[in-house]
Amino acid sequence: MASPAKKSAPAIPPDVSSDVSSEVGIALYRTMVECRQLEVRAQELFFEGLVRGTTHLGTGQEAVAAGFAAAMRSDDYTFCTYRGHNHTLARGVPMAPILAELFGRANGLLGGKGGSMHLTSVKHGAMGSYAIVGAHLPIALGAAWSAQYRKSGQVAVCFFGDGTTNIGAFHEALNMAAVWKAPVVFVCENNQYMEYTPIGAVTAVPRPAADRASAYGLEPIVVDGNDVEAVLAVAQTAMDRARAGEGPSLIEALTYRHGGHSRADPAKYRPADEVKAWLERDPIPAHRTRLLARGISETDLDAIDAKVRDAVAAAEAEARAGLEPSVDVIPTELWSDGGSAWRN
Amino acid sequence: MAELTYRAAGAAGIAQEMARDESVVLIGEDIGAAGGVFKLSEGLFDRFGPERVRDTPISEQAIVGAVMGAAMTGLRPVGELMFSDFFAVTWDMVVNQIAKTRYMTNGQVSLPLVLRTANGGGLRFGAQHSQSIENWAMAIPGLKVVAPSNPADMLGLMAAAIRDPDPVIMCEHKALFAVKGEVPDGEHVVPLGQAAIVRSGADCTIVALAAMVPKAVEAAERLASEFGIDAEVIDLRTLIPLDAQTILASVNRTSRLFTVEENPRVLGWGAEIVSIIADEAFYSLDAPIVRITSPHIPLSSAAVLEDATIPSVDRIVATIRRRLDEAK
Repeated sequence: MASPAKKSAPAIPPDVSSDVSSEVGIALYRTMVECRQLEVRAQELFFEGLVRGTTHLGTGQEAVAAGFAAAMRSDDYTFCTYRGHNHTLARGVPMAPILAELFGRANGLLGGKGGSMHLTSVKHGAMGSYAIVGAHLPIALGAAWSAQYRKSGQVAVCFFGDGTTNIGAFHEALNMAAVWKAPVVFVCENNQYMEYTPIGAVTAVPRPAADRASAYGLEPIVVDGNDVEAVLAVAQTAMDRARAGEGPSLIEALTYRHGGHSRADPAKYRPADEVKAWLERDPIPAHRTRLLARGISETDLDAIDAKVRDAVAAAEAEARAGLEPSVDVIPTELWSDGGSAWRN
Repeated sequence: MAELTYRAAGAAGIAQEMARDESVVLIGEDIGAAGGVFKLSEGLFDRFGPERVRDTPISEQAIVGAVMGAAMTGLRPVGELMFSDFFAVTWDMVVNQIAKTRYMTNGQVSLPLVLRTANGGGLRFGAQHSQSIENWAMAIPGLKVVAPSNPADMLGLMAAAIRDPDPVIMCEHKALFAVKGEVPDGEHVVPLGQAAIVRSGADCTIVALAAMVPKAVEAAERLASEFGIDAEVIDLRTLIPLDAQTILASVNRTSRLFTVEENPRVLGWGAEIVSIIADEAFYSLDAPIVRITSPHIPLSSAAVLEDATIPSVDRIVATIRRRLDEAK
């Protein structure tokens, strides 16, 4: 694996002889395009004032979400961060309730109570987007412990950023997961920046996740996170290992945030040549090039793009048609009885 | 009726629930073969085995986070924090994650979990191992808070906490661990949110919690025998849900209210009760309400200092007598 030097991105490995089927290759492409188009539209709608609060876009990081989702069983668990739109969508959550949640509408995924940073759809295995860095690593471990105890064969996959490797919960979760041989896959999306700061400037080792793996008795695994088929391959290996009872994996996927940390961040701190090099390694055109080289037609791929565009437009229309939430919902769903009473 | 210690009653409550529900599991530091630093889990490892009674590293964030993840995926986990002071280490998990996830997900996620912890002072452990943290939890929407005062309630409230579909913080008072008491035979469950009138009286109402309950009862007996003051003592048992109606009904009868709180004074649970009484029973009052609390100061380790900080029977008696004298 080429190392991501600060100024130059790793080269795309020449790969036209993958054992990934055309069907899977196309599905991966479709998922990435869905993620990209939804994020791009969400950003536009933010600037229109329709999306409120904040958004942390995953543009550029779609291959990690698509590759892992394709390796997961429908009853596996995804735990992700506030940069979680891609992962939520990749588990099959429909676009309209995601957008409506970003708009703060009653037809939102969480009825307007969560917002961009907390997308969750339990019935799709999307077990939550966690907005306090590091919190969800122990929680994913707990879901894996539960699966292990119930002998359900489920695996928990936990996505987090490079910055998370410097918080205590990372260490606690990795150690306990390894000791318990819990069926959990920890996936560090190393997008090179801890919010606004280069990860290398605040981390004692060059690989924020992989260089820590040996501390938990785990193999260091680094994958080109912009190569969706490479991601799929390491994901399958890690999922198989977890399901076989062999314990957790820690995977560092090298990728890049196309935009800033959040919508408030123009990301001016990044060198122009670095940005340019990574944009040239955009995972979607890269995968498209590979599919074309395998004989998939331009027309078929264009048709996918167009269909996704229509789907985003339809989702937007549905989300826009949603009503503002009724204030009657404020005192609901704190407790399992549906209410919020704290006294008689 | 069997006689159990408060300590053994907690383990008995967990055992009762583990026996009836396979999804109940327990994790914490030293709780397996060692039976827990305070022996709160004694016997559970031998009876239920290492899959259901699991040792953890000293990783409180991981313990609490794992309990949450297990609760959202079909288990009813009980996590043990050795000292309640360690909640400070896990506060993100408790406040930002456990307390809010059901609400933020609009009810998609339920968290039937219990965090049990050795709470409170009186053991000369100093300021970092002696706190009464019920108020910390009470201040956060989405957490239920339980603090038993006797072995029977410990067993029954533990059972109710485990059966509860929402997160429960179970504060087990260190000063009560060795206290013995009768525990009913057969399955025993004490519903959350029901205060107990542990002594009836006509002259004033004393509301207390956990280790302050036996002190309040002793004070009430002395007030009766030495001064002819007939005090009613209410054991709150749970702060959330709060049985405000039992307090309101009592104050409507006695017209005078005292709270006895081990916690530091500012924003203690008694302040919320005073607020409720001021709103809803103001015209029943014949005297100002008095909160008897620890001062707003950390606890010391020296016996004489710690004992003079936490409300004592003498202080409860003296405070109530003085206030009732003033009211005459």
